[in-house]
Amino acid sequence: MTTTSDPYAGSRETTEGRVYTVTGGDWDLTLGTEAYGAERLVVNMGPQHPSTHGVLRLVLDLEGETVTKARVVIGYLHTGIEKNTEYRNWTQGTTFVTRMDYLSPLFNEAAYCMAVEKLLGIEVPPRAQTIRVLVMEINRIASHLVGLATGGMELGALTAMTNGFREREMALDLLEEITGLRMNHAYIRPGGLAQDLPDSAVGSIRQFLEIMPGRVADFHRLLTGQPIWQRRLKDVGWLDVSGCVALGVTGPVLRAAGLPWDLRKVEPYLGYQTYDFEVPTADTSDAWGRYLVRMAEVNESLKLIAQALDRLEPGPVMVEDRKIAWPAQLSLGPDGMGNSAEHVAHIMGQSMEALIHHFKLVTEGFRVPAGQVYVPIESPRGELGYHVVSDGSTRPWRVHVRDPSFVNLQATAAMSEGGMIADVIAAIASIDPVMGGVDR
Amino acid sequence: MTGPGDLERDDAALGAQAPSGGFRKGAFGVSGSGDTSGFGGLVRVEPGGAVALHSTERPYGGWFDEVTDALVEAVGQATYDAAVSRVLVDRGEITYFVAREHLLALVRALRDDEALRFELCSSVSGVDYLDSGGPATGAHRPRLHVVYHLTSMTYRRRIRLEVAVTAEDPHVPSVTGTYPTADWHERETYDMFGVVFDGHPALTRILMPDDWDGHPQRKDYPLGGVPVEYHDATIPPPDTRRAYR
Repeated sequence: MTTTSDPYAGSRETTEGRVYTVTGGDWDLTLGTEAYGAERLVVNMGPQHPSTHGVLRLVLDLEGETVTKARVVIGYLHTGIEKNTEYRNWTQGTTFVTRMDYLSPLFNEAAYCMAVEKLLGIEVPPRAQTIRVLVMEINRIASHLVGLATGGMELGALTAMTNGFREREMALDLLEEITGLRMNHAYIRPGGLAQDLPDSAVGSIRQFLEIMPGRVADFHRLLTGQPIWQRRLKDVGWLDVSGCVALGVTGPVLRAAGLPWDLRKVEPYLGYQTYDFEVPTADTSDAWGRYLVRMAEVNESLKLIAQALDRLEPGPVMVEDRKIAWPAQLSLGPDGMGNSAEHVAHIMGQSMEALIHHFKLVTEGFRVPAGQVYVPIESPRGELGYHVVSDGSTRPWRVHVRDPSFVNLQATAAMSEGGMIADVIAAIASIDPVMGGVDR
Repeated sequence: MTGPGDLERDDAALGAQAPSGGFRKGAFGVSGSGDTSGFGGLVRVEPGGAVALHSTERPYGGWFDEVTDALVEAVGQATYDAAVSRVLVDRGEITYFVAREHLLALVRALRDDEALRFELCSSVSGVDYLDSGGPATGAHRPRLHVVYHLTSMTYRRRIRLEVAVTAEDPHVPSVTGTYPTADWHERETYDMFGVVFDGHPALTRILMPDDWDGHPQRKDYPLGGVPVEYHDATIPPPDTRRAYR
């Protein structure tokens, strides 16, 4: 038996013939022994990648399949919305903020309008408050379903995606019927709402309430008991309560770590303290718990919608103060949604003062007394806070949005370093970030 | 470009008499435009302005006094007096105006003291008050404010801290040692306002591209006009358009 000394393909003679052993055998000599331990690979994931939930870029340091370092690069969707609001009047601000976190537009509108109303020192009529709760909870269901659908798709559960989007479509149809638009509604306005609920909406919502519980049960049948789904999510993206609080993480991620911190309960707004609902929690601190919490929150939102429907009383949906209230009785004309024929007849034919008011409101807007407020609400992703500063003029001096996606995304490194690269996807999907909100 | 509590530049003498507010001229924020509406000569005194210099006297009411007492006890009266220049209670929210030298001691006490327990730093952001923000003029105006919103999950309370610095010396100590969540908030505030957070682990731009010039959310950041295809016209930048103020 002879051996050759080729450094790359040593060979030896055996009874079956010559056997080559291709080793690249001089690696030891060229790199030293440490080099084997430093099998380091830097991988850029994104910004265009089907599993990054939008234009998110991850810079991952890998050793084999293990992530040793995860850095997050954001900003690809920055549109300067905060700056833009400073050059529009207070009412126009609604149309900007609704485009930030595009999966929960009504939460952006509600928080912004509540901040403006707090600066103005006004309270919106009860019917408007109830409808705000109603549309926000429908929106929460739609948002959680997208979180589930895209998260499922990223993990290869395509039926979760198709079912999730199918169910979300029902919620969007409702929002379209109520507000006229599927997304970016600009429905909630400072002082109340753009318009009242259409007559047909209550029936449609009741129908939705009848269908949805079955669909949620279907999700549990499809996913919850499924071993692959469980093993992809359990013990993945682990972050406990102290980690969450240190990193500012709120929403389902914090509740899945066991802390029942929901602003609808702990700092109620819009009358949430009078509704009967639970704050679902889990104690697993992982992606599995977050999935269960979101599913349970869909059920709680259904309860809230049913209660909101029951307490709808006829009444105005905009404050009485004509110096602030935009016309809130719109109607569909041949050229799209606009002021109702009665309103136009009133301002054009009957009342000079009403015309002046309308003109001043639309061109100039109302003035908001100087000061600053911070209004937090519970969006589907956590604490959505609006820090709004007024200098007493017809435009905001500064609008800062504490977007929960932006803050929660900071937990990526803590959740995924030391794990497998495939689990990075599950961890980020369990945060459910929306890049429109992250980058604003 | 005008600021809250705007001082007309040619009315500096008038402005000096009213340090807590300012004056506005005309219905639109422009002068010399040949405005014949009759509002061109209108002079209004701003009621306070966004950064009214008045402070609230004690008692502040509600739990505000409790928190303030606990804070004094935690850091000591001398430090508190040196750190907190004034306190403002407005619309049910309390704001402590803090000197940057004492910020770190204050937030550490706010987080760790048993009677305070502000565990969550909800938000850190900037506000550029440009021409207002204090009796000092020109470069010495502390125009850049860094605003911290702290939440006590234990007591369900929220407070606001505000640190004001000048654009020439925009240094504020980083609170990331106490609140790791402030990491990205401070990067965003640096990106948008150019406030430098000393001690931040990696203060780089976060939303704008890495090679961007300037800090876009400063009020004197130039806004671009839009050229129009015909008549050699341009749509002026939004801050120079005729607009109600």
